[in-house]
This record gives sequence, structure tokens and C-alpha cells, in this order.
Amino acid sequence: MSKHHISTTINGEPVEFLCDTAQTLLDVLRDELGLTGSKEGCGSGDCGACSVLVEGRLVCACLVLAAEVDRCAVETIEGVAQGNALHPLQQVFLNEAALQCGICTPGIIVAAKALLEKNPDPDEEEIRFWLAGNLCRCTGYDKIVRAVQQAALVMRSA
Amino acid sequence: MVEVDADTCQALIERMDERFPGFADAIATGVAVAIDGQIYPDPLQQDLRPDSEVCFLPALEGG
Amino acid sequence: MGRYPAGSPGWRDKVTGQANYGADFSLPGMITGRVLRSPHAHARIVSIDTTEAGKLAGVRAVVTAADFPDLPSEVVAGGESPVNYRYISCNAIARDKVLYEGHAVAAVAAISAGVAEQALKLIRVEYEVLPHVIDVRDAMRDDAPLLHDNLYTEGVDPKPTKPSNIAKRTEFLLGDPAAGFAESEIILERSYTTQPVHQGYIEPHACVASVAADGMTTVWSSSQGQFMVREFCAKLLKIADSDIRVLPAEIGGGFGGKTTVYLEPLAIALSRKSGRPVKMVMSREEVFKASGPTSGGVLQVKLGARRDGTLVAAECELAYQAGAFPGSPAIPGCMTAFACYDIPNARTVGYDVVSNRPKCAAYRAPGAPMAAFAVESALDELALELGMDPVELRLKNAAKEGTRALYGPKMPVIGFVETLEAARAHAHYNTPLKANQGRGIASGFWFNIGGQSSAAVHINEDGTAEVVTGNPDIGGSRASMAIMAAEVLGIDYAKVKPLIGDTASVGYCFLTGGSRVTFATGKAVVEAANDVVQQLRARAAKIWKCEVDEVIWKDGVAHPAQGQTDTRTQLSLAEIAASAARTGGPISGKASLNVGGAGPGFGTHLCDVEVDPETGRVTVLRYTVIQDVGRAIHPGYVEGQMQGGAAQGIGWALNEEYVYDDQGRLQNSGFLDYRMPVASDLPMIDAVLVEVPNPAHPFGVRGVGEVPIVPPLAAVANAVARASGVRVNDLPISPPRLLAALMK
Repeated sequence: MSKHHISTTINGEPVEFLCDTAQTLLDVLRDELGLTGSKEGCGSGDCGACSVLVEGRLVCACLVLAAEVDRCAVETIEGVAQGNALHPLQQVFLNEAALQCGICTPGIIVAAKALLEKNPDPDEEEIRFWLAGNLCRCTGYDKIVRAVQQAALVMRSA
Repeated sequence: MVEVDADTCQALIERMDERFPGFADAIATGVAVAIDGQIYPDPLQQDLRPDSEVCFLPALEGG
Repeated sequence: MGRYPAGSPGWRDKVTGQANYGADFSLPGMITGRVLRSPHAHARIVSIDTTEAGKLAGVRAVVTAADFPDLPSEVVAGGESPVNYRYISCNAIARDKVLYEGHAVAAVAAISAGVAEQALKLIRVEYEVLPHVIDVRDAMRDDAPLLHDNLYTEGVDPKPTKPSNIAKRTEFLLGDPAAGFAESEIILERSYTTQPVHQGYIEPHACVASVAADGMTTVWSSSQGQFMVREFCAKLLKIADSDIRVLPAEIGGGFGGKTTVYLEPLAIALSRKSGRPVKMVMSREEVFKASGPTSGGVLQVKLGARRDGTLVAAECELAYQAGAFPGSPAIPGCMTAFACYDIPNARTVGYDVVSNRPKCAAYRAPGAPMAAFAVESALDELALELGMDPVELRLKNAAKEGTRALYGPKMPVIGFVETLEAARAHAHYNTPLKANQGRGIASGFWFNIGGQSSAAVHINEDGTAEVVTGNPDIGGSRASMAIMAAEVLGIDYAKVKPLIGDTASVGYCFLTGGSRVTFATGKAVVEAANDVVQQLRARAAKIWKCEVDEVIWKDGVAHPAQGQTDTRTQLSLAEIAASAARTGGPISGKASLNVGGAGPGFGTHLCDVEVDPETGRVTVLRYTVIQDVGRAIHPGYVEGQMQGGAAQGIGWALNEEYVYDDQGRLQNSGFLDYRMPVASDLPMIDAVLVEVPNPAHPFGVRGVGEVPIVPPLAAVANAVARASGVRVNDLPISPPRLLAALMK
């Protein structure tokens, strides 16, 4: 079976790639495009380590077939910082020790960024339920939630 | 509890082996030593004070 | 010291997605490895035929146990503690028998994952299925199916003549428990069970191995110790240590589960055979089925006390599942069970029992959480019976400096009492509770370890510095290395860069684990930095043409000693560095130590829950972690360890367990049904740092990473008991279990 020719925009840049029918978006990002920031923690959409935005919608890249993103805009962790300038979420996560091993961090930052774009002033419960699809085993979530609240404050004051 | 005359842990092990043959072999691997409450992973390297209290215990690990 | 530097080198890459974990490496010509795993919990391997698989287009190599040396079964002093390399080898790839569903039987390397998976299907394995046993009580019975016909129980007298699944019996004894119980005014005796749980790291095991034509092997691996990976692979494949170089990737969680090797030996063998670099990554299902979840266990606890709450006697008997090969943490379970308390008569007996499950690996304070669950639950019941406040009961019996521990030595300087007093004084303790709500308290202990560590400190020409150590950084320890080096050198933290070296670049470092890195590797860093300071003083002395003792080093600057009246001025580190070539050459310090004197850690946790009597659902409302942390070099990361450990313990108490069918096959090998806490399950976790410095470390450091997982199991269980009026002594207290108990 021949491969699919896919044209997409990733983090604002036009990207074309070939993929098999069975390849997921996560497979292609990591193995074909060298974008290894999105992580595979489970392959079944339960851990959120592969969180990306497709057409502005927060999804698990392991549950999206690569072929599905033809003519779509995809945003990954690699597009969150603007060149060398970190996004407030990224800076606050560093300042507030909201990461330890860091494997869940790309997925959480992508998910949190999507939340703050939808709701610039979420309360603790909203943050926790929004991030319920992003597993973290190191932090117990406390510093992550506080970092999202702090980043939201920084972004609202900007 | 046993009283032994020794100023290094190595000497203590040798004296204990004289008194209780097989002792040195029994603690050759997997054993740490506590001297006056501080635990050391390498018994043979430790010095002792005249009134030190020495305990041998299983080597500790962690996760 | 104690301030929050914003991020640290390498850390920034974690928030941008640029940090390289084990699965993120690629090499030119790299091919992909996959593992064929046993579908049976227990079976003899009658034959393996890999011919067809080897012929499939795109397959470059196939290996089985035949490609690995047949190692003798013997206990060897490996690194820190005894290791039986045959067990590790037979666990990495099965020899003669498969001992659990998921046990590796063969491995294939091919030009793509798809081809490799196809090849696996072409490997023909003939199994003779055998009866299996999983539950530890069943495994201990005389008529249980035996996993190893050459395993005889150690630690029993007379030596047994029949093989058994009981690998070892260990006993610790202090005083005379029988006499102690005889004089007790109240005796409490209870039984408890816990289920096997997984460390739950989000990053599956991953590595890339490359064997060059000259035999030099290079491995990139996310593990808790590149030196351990080197050592284990060297032994399993009979390679010289100097012929294998292991580079540590960033690691996505370990908690003890990555203190051994699974894929690395297979990847090396495949690379050797194929002549290509081989990448291997476990799927989540493989992680659950074939890495090292910790033991489930059965425990009996007996406490004897006077009416005033003084503990007079205590006994605990426990049996832990080791999985397929001996090595459960039964011994540390026995050693830690009563360590928080001053009990004059105590005995613990532990059984290490094999059963048809994956070989267990360490999980954060191995053996201690289960033992603490039993003891702290029993103490809670004792407090209720005596009408005593549970904190007061613990204070009355608390271990202090000089208390004789059951495992032998007297306690050194410790801060347990301080954690209890902090609990009593905390606002959480006095927060009012509503209907169906309850408060649980529990304490816990872990030794923390020292061990072998090396460090090097290099001064650059411009006065900046590198600190190189060999411990993978899972929790922020690299920042603490830089902070400590900067403190000794007397320069700004921003001028010191911490690096984690590979096995060829820095002296031997024992694993990242045992809560040892900030303590032991930190000590090596301090010594290496002190070595540099001595050299800096010597250089200043040369420049000033005086004796070294006339030079004082303070705040990053060489000063003439007091009393000197001539025209010498100060020399900064940067100035000395700039002229180093003219005063003797490059300035570098190093240290290699085997560190003792690790300070034990104690914690006390407060947990409030609400129970829904209709569904059995438990909601954690409030959680406070109080811990003696010695001295917090980086308070933010210390709090993180406390909160993370508590969260794991909460999951262990409420939801996590391995569920098997009647064929011994795992039913919940994914995150949906192996239910770990998510963000919406937990409240904010208040972390209270009590600092009683450890006198055996230059900065007072105590290990902090493991203690926090020890108290939560009982803290949650005690809270549920007080909220619902019903005590569940079998973990996890999942809704079906609690509901059944409530209905009774």
C-alpha cells in the first residue's frame, strides 16, 4: 500500500510528509519530523503526554492518525516559546519548581496554554479538571496547579 | 552484645571470626556496619574509638 | 542557600520539549527492536524456532537466551549490595522456563517497528503450560507449584531438603517479646494485605545501543544509574567495563523501577548481531507486565501496651511477593516496621516469596510502605481503644537520638518528635470535620543511604565553573550540586554549571536512588570544591610569594591572613583563574568517596477524607506532609519530593492494584484501569519542612525523596476508618471494597 502525502502547518510552518495509514500523528511528529517534544507515555490516550492542538482543539496525538491532519494546523510544545522567549507558562513552571522529571511537562504546558486561551482566569477546580487527562507521577500536581494560576495572573497583567 | 578489643573494623571482624568461625564469610557481602549510630556501607574502611558500639546490619538500598 | 534559583541548566529544555529522554535519541542507520513475550504465567519452554522470523525481509537480527552467557546462580557484591546476575539475565530473557505473563522470550531487530512486530509473529515457541501461583499465601503452601526446583529457603534451621517458593526467612529480635506481651495491659492483633503496585513512571523504558566494529559498545539509556547499566550489561554479556560506555538520557521518572536493566542487554545483543544501532522502547503494556512492580504482601501485627499508651512489646510477621526471582524488600520491611518507636521488646519476621509475576524492583522506600500501613493502622486502633489522641500516642513512644532500633544501632540525631509536634500545631489538625468526614494520622521512617559517589569541579579561564557528577537527575538534584559547589567556592550560583557525565567522563557513582544524591554526591561535590579552594589558596600564595596558611578564602576571594601588613591585595577566583596557566596550570578538583553517615528521615502525615456511603468513593479533602528534611538546599524541589511521594501513597491506598485473571494474566495493563491519581483527585498538598540538620553532612543534608511514600497508606486508611466507622485492612480501599465493608 502506498503512503499518504500529507500537507499541514506545524507551529505556523508549512510541512509536508509521507505516512502509512496506521501511523499516528505522534509517530510522525517524533519519528519522521524530529519533533520529539511530544512524548509517548501510553499510546492509548490515557496519560496526555502527547497533548497537541489540531485546528485549535486539544487532542492526544497518539489517538489521531497522521493522515487526519491533512490541511490542518497543528501546534506542539515546540511552538510554545517564541524563538528564545519562553511563554509565561514555561517561565513560571521553571520558577515555581512545577516539574521534576519533566516527561509530562510538554503535554501539561500545551494543555494549560489551551485552557488559558479559553479561560484567562480559571479557578483551582477548573484547572484540575482540565488537566485531569495529563498524568504526572512526580509532583502530586500541587505546584503545577499553582504555576498555572500564577501564569494566568502574569498573562492577565501583561 | 559482645565486647571485642579492636581499633579498626577490619581488626574487629578478624577477632570476631576467631571467636565465631565463619563470621567473616557471613558478613563478606551485603552487610553494612553502624558505628555509634552512623551507618557505613564499607565496614573494612572504618576506624573505631575505644568505646565504639558496632552493629552489623543488612546493606541498605533504596528506590 | 535555601533560596529558589529560577530553573537550572538542562531544566529549561524540559519546558521547551528539547530535553532528550531515552526514546528521543536517533543514530544514523538505527533499526528498531521488539520483544516476544510469554502469554503464559508459568510454562516450560520446550523449543524456540526463529528461522522464519530471521528470513523475513527487513529483519537484521534475532536473539534468544542462547545468545547470552549462561551465568551461574551466585550472589556477587555488585556496586552496593549483593546481586545475583543469573536472575537478572534470566529475567531479561527467559531460559528454560517462563515465569510470568510478559516474560521476554526472544527479541528481533528490524528496519521498522512494523517489520519487527511481523517477525515476532513468525517466531515459533512451544510451551508446556504449568500451573501457576500468584497470591503470596498460596505460593507459601507446601503443595504450591514451584517456580524454581533449586530454590531452598535460606534462614531456616535445619536446612530444608525440599525446594520451596519461600526464598528466605529473616528475623530481627530485640529484648523479650513474650515477656513484654505478658506484662501488657492491652494487646491488639490484626492482619493486613496489600496488592502489587507499579512505580507508575510516565516514561516507558527506552534505550539505544550501538556496538561498533571494534567491539566498543555505547548505550544511551534513561535509567537511574549509567554505572549500574554498564555493570549489569557487562556482566550479562561478558564485556569488560572499559568496553562499554553508557550515556545517561534525561529520565522520565524512576522511583526505583529503573534501578535495573531490561532492554539494554537485548539491544546490545541485537546490535552486535546486526552491526547496526538498535533502539528499543517498551509499550505501556510491556511496562506493566514486564518491568518491576513492587510486592503485594500479607502482614500480621501484634502490639502490647500499658493503659497509659506506653508500648511494651511489638511483633510483625510479613510475607512479600518477590515475583519470578527472589529479592522482595522483606528485609527493609522488617527493619522499618517499628523504627519510629522506642519499644523495648520487638520482633519482626519476613518471608521473601517468589510467585508468577514480574520480578519486583525497588519502589521508593522499598518494603516500608506496606509495613508502615500495618503498624500505623494498628496504632490508630490502639489509640481509639485507649481513648488517646493518635499524635499523643506517637509522641509518648517516639524514637529519639539514642533510641535502640530493632535492626541494631542506636538512632543518631533525628527529627521525628519535631514532625509530631508540628502536626499537632498545624491548622489542619484543628480544622473542623463534617458528616462522613474523617482525619487520619500516620508516621513513617526511611534510612536513606550514602554510598559511592564521585565529583569533579573544573574552573574555567573566566572564573566560571563546571560541577560534573554521575547521577541522573530526576528531581532537581543537579541544581543542588551547583548550589553547594557555589557555596564552597564563594561565587554566584549562576556561575556554576552542573553537568551529568557518562561512565567514561566521571568517576563511579552509585545509583540515583535511596535518597542519596543530594546527600552523598553532594558530599563528593563539597569535597571536590574544597579541593579547588585549596588549589586557589596555593595559587594566591604563589602570586603573593607567601605560605599557603597565610591565605584565607572567603566569599570567592583570597585574602591575606590577618596580621600581614604589606601591600598584598585581594585576588578573586576569576583573577586567579585568568592567570592559572602561569601559576601551575588548569585548576580542577575531584573527589571519590564511599559515603556513610546518611541521616534517617521521618515523616508525619495528616489526611482528611470524605466517604460517600452510597458508592464507597473516598475523596481526599486535605493533606499535609510534615517531614524532617535535615537541611533543604532547594526547598522547592524538597517540597516536590514530599508532595509527589504523598500522591503515590494516596494512589496505593485508594485505587492502585494489579488485577489478574485465573490464568495469571494481567487485566489492567494500561493507565485507564491501573488508576493512578489525576489532578482532579487531589487537593493542594501542604508540605511542612522541619529541619533537624544531619551532623554527618557539611550542610546538614538528609535524604528526602523516599520518606514521603511511607506514611500515606495508613494516613488514608485511618482517615477512612474514622470517616466511615468501618476499618478496611486490605488495600486498595477502592469503592467496591469499601462499599462491601460498609454493607456488612
